[in-house]
Amino acid sequence: MGSLLEMKNISKSFSGNKVLNNVNLSVEAGEVHALLGENGAGKSTLMKILGGIYTKDSGSIYIDGQEAGMYDVSESRARGVSIIHQELMLAQHLTIAENIFMGREIKNKKGMVNLRKQEQEAQKFLDQYAMDLPADTRLDKLTIAKQQMVEIIRAVSFGAKIIVMDEPTSSLSDAEVEILYGMIRTLKKKNVAMIYISHRLNELYDITDRITVLRDGEYVGCVVTKETERAQLISMMVGRDLANYYTKADHVIDEIVLKVTDLSDGNKVKKVSFDLKKGEILGIAGLVGAGRSETMECLFGLTARKAGTVEYRGKEVCFKNPREAMKEGFGLVPEDRKQEGLFLQSDIRFNTTINVVDRFLKKLIWNRSKENQIVSEKMEDMHIKATGASQMASKLSGGNQQKVLIGRWLCSTKSILILDEPTRGVDVKTKAEIYALIDNLAANGISIIMVSSELPELINMSDRIMVMSNGYSAGVLGRDELSQENVMTLATAEVGA
Amino acid sequence: MEVKRAKENWFASFGKSVLGGIKSNGGIIIGLIIICLILGIMTDSFLTVRNFTNIMRQISINVILACGMTMVIILGGIDLSVGSIIAVSGCLCCGLITNVGIPSAAAIPVSILAGTLVGIFNGFVVSRTTIPPFIVTLAMMNIGRGFARIYTKATTILVDDELFTFIGSGTVLGGVPIHIIYMIVVIAASALILNRTKLGRNIYAVGDNKQAASYSGINVKRVTMIVFVIMGFFAACAGIISSARTFSGQFNVGEGAEMDAISAVVLGGTSMSGGIGHLSGTIIGCIVIGVLNNGMNILGIDSSWQYVVKGVVVLLAVFIDYFKKIKE
Repeated sequence: MGSLLEMKNISKSFSGNKVLNNVNLSVEAGEVHALLGENGAGKSTLMKILGGIYTKDSGSIYIDGQEAGMYDVSESRARGVSIIHQELMLAQHLTIAENIFMGREIKNKKGMVNLRKQEQEAQKFLDQYAMDLPADTRLDKLTIAKQQMVEIIRAVSFGAKIIVMDEPTSSLSDAEVEILYGMIRTLKKKNVAMIYISHRLNELYDITDRITVLRDGEYVGCVVTKETERAQLISMMVGRDLANYYTKADHVIDEIVLKVTDLSDGNKVKKVSFDLKKGEILGIAGLVGAGRSETMECLFGLTARKAGTVEYRGKEVCFKNPREAMKEGFGLVPEDRKQEGLFLQSDIRFNTTINVVDRFLKKLIWNRSKENQIVSEKMEDMHIKATGASQMASKLSGGNQQKVLIGRWLCSTKSILILDEPTRGVDVKTKAEIYALIDNLAANGISIIMVSSELPELINMSDRIMVMSNGYSAGVLGRDELSQENVMTLATAEVGA
Repeated sequence: MEVKRAKENWFASFGKSVLGGIKSNGGIIIGLIIICLILGIMTDSFLTVRNFTNIMRQISINVILACGMTMVIILGGIDLSVGSIIAVSGCLCCGLITNVGIPSAAAIPVSILAGTLVGIFNGFVVSRTTIPPFIVTLAMMNIGRGFARIYTKATTILVDDELFTFIGSGTVLGGVPIHIIYMIVVIAASALILNRTKLGRNIYAVGDNKQAASYSGINVKRVTMIVFVIMGFFAACAGIISSARTFSGQFNVGEGAEMDAISAVVLGGTSMSGGIGHLSGTIIGCIVIGVLNNGMNILGIDSSWQYVVKGVVVLLAVFIDYFKKIKE
């Protein structure tokens, strides 16, 4: 034995549906252990069992060699398990200190919260983890990365021995990821065990010691990271070899459809210039905060333009709102699918057809069969896995939600499709499907602008990459110049007016 | 040929809508049937055609308001000013006819416009700012009620006018109370808006996720504005009908009407957070409230207790709904 955490033969069913079947997970103290699997493989269910949110149907959990019997949230916490969710569980209007001591405030004799003492204690923790911040800073003044650190520190201050991090890097820039890695290494030295969930294989090689792979609720195996090839991991995950992970053919026609010159929104977008050819996939790279999404929003009419020109097929356009952009055949699949994209309380049908309602709702007549036809076509094209068109969007997995959202925009986009982080939080198989789809769209003459923080995806999918730095376009790289180094050089370049 | 097919489509589609409505409101329909059976057994007069038309007449105002309120709540809003709009349009109309001497055929549209103006103001503020609709319409509720009091000098303005009397208590088509016609018109118009127009789709979209709606090219401001204006218009019409029924403009007419409308919408399963809801549910909600009122009156239950019963029924309905959702 000797493992800090031992989960043995864990099974769990939801209304007769087996989501976990005899799954094992064993984590040593001071180890970073990755949990890998596609969306729906059972990772989150397993972690929710560990966190005491779900109860297991069978199997046993040992922590420090002791079996945990009646296992619920408070028991899990008492035994030192802490979960850092993708959506951080912090109060934005409170200070760092108040957040760290939330629920177990330090009180004086009169029962009032001793703010000063709390801040002193919190400051000790911050200093210990090399966080250069005063403990009385309000949380909404911090970047997402810093907030994440606060959440991790809070877990540690609870005496957590096992910290689960669910996609911790999904909203971090490369520089911020480094800070997170630093934190993880410090925790390692303190013998804290970490379970690391991520879809980004690169990260697993950067930071993890071992990887447990799950597929369709089954335990596939546990491997040592250093001794395992990428391809092997992928095939463990999907159960077969993904020969063509990236699909990329050359379709570019030498006709410029869009020419953007010195676009500015008076805020984060400063003098951005690029052009886009028919059937081209133009990647947009840059660090978080470089103004990539903001540029797209300005182009699409979501925010007002302050200066610059946009020429579309030779004539100047200035979209005051997305409707005008959509009329010209533009589409934008937003970055944050839950906030900006989906109607979560509505079904797949509603979500798919909302952009093209006038095709089947005319003169008070609702042509249901036409609507259903549109929906089933898109569900087929996008390989959407669902119980039917009436399934609620909130009940779909992340990958399927993304497919529904892209499907919606395929209904209305005729010439230029802007994809903002199209594969964020999406499993490997869905990623490959999305890549194939993007390639296919380009082959059919649609020009693609793809904003992404994943360099390998940009480099493998793009015909050219426009790199942004600090709100400016720092340069455009052609197909033969695409490399991580070239992109990073431009992304960190000092560009100014 | 095309036209004929379209028509067939229309009816098939309408049938599906009605069926879907019954399906999604199964619980409350069963509740309604049970209430009706109990009242039918306990009294002789409940299950009669005469009482049925009575109930229809009694719920007509609430149905008109609740139809508009369904749209407002699906949009993610709320309108507390509808009861006061009733007073504004009703009192103004009576004043114009009796005190100013304007013919009723002119006074009525002018008063409806005045009431609708309150809706326009609500819509304008709610769509252009981030001030919660609860606050905006709460303020308008007080302002509207205040003006009705000022205009009537806190007295009752009596009206003796043929058209006005007809609007309030006339019958058409050989004995059908005109209230039933009002209801059918408002329900049909609302159903068409919600289910057969782009606007309807957009109302659901805005209520579900405002940000996603604007990313999808929906003019959120315009949709919000239109919904509040429709609500104002419906309430203004309800004001004329209410006053006409009593042949008088009373400053306290429609007091608490907004709460009855909201209760009906909630009973019908519409989510207060927006995005989810059906008109069919709202109509059944109105009938439940109407049957309860009527039944308790026939049974001679003290009016104070009637309030308690109505509150308990609404609570019960939302509790059942809540537990159903948890189970899912």
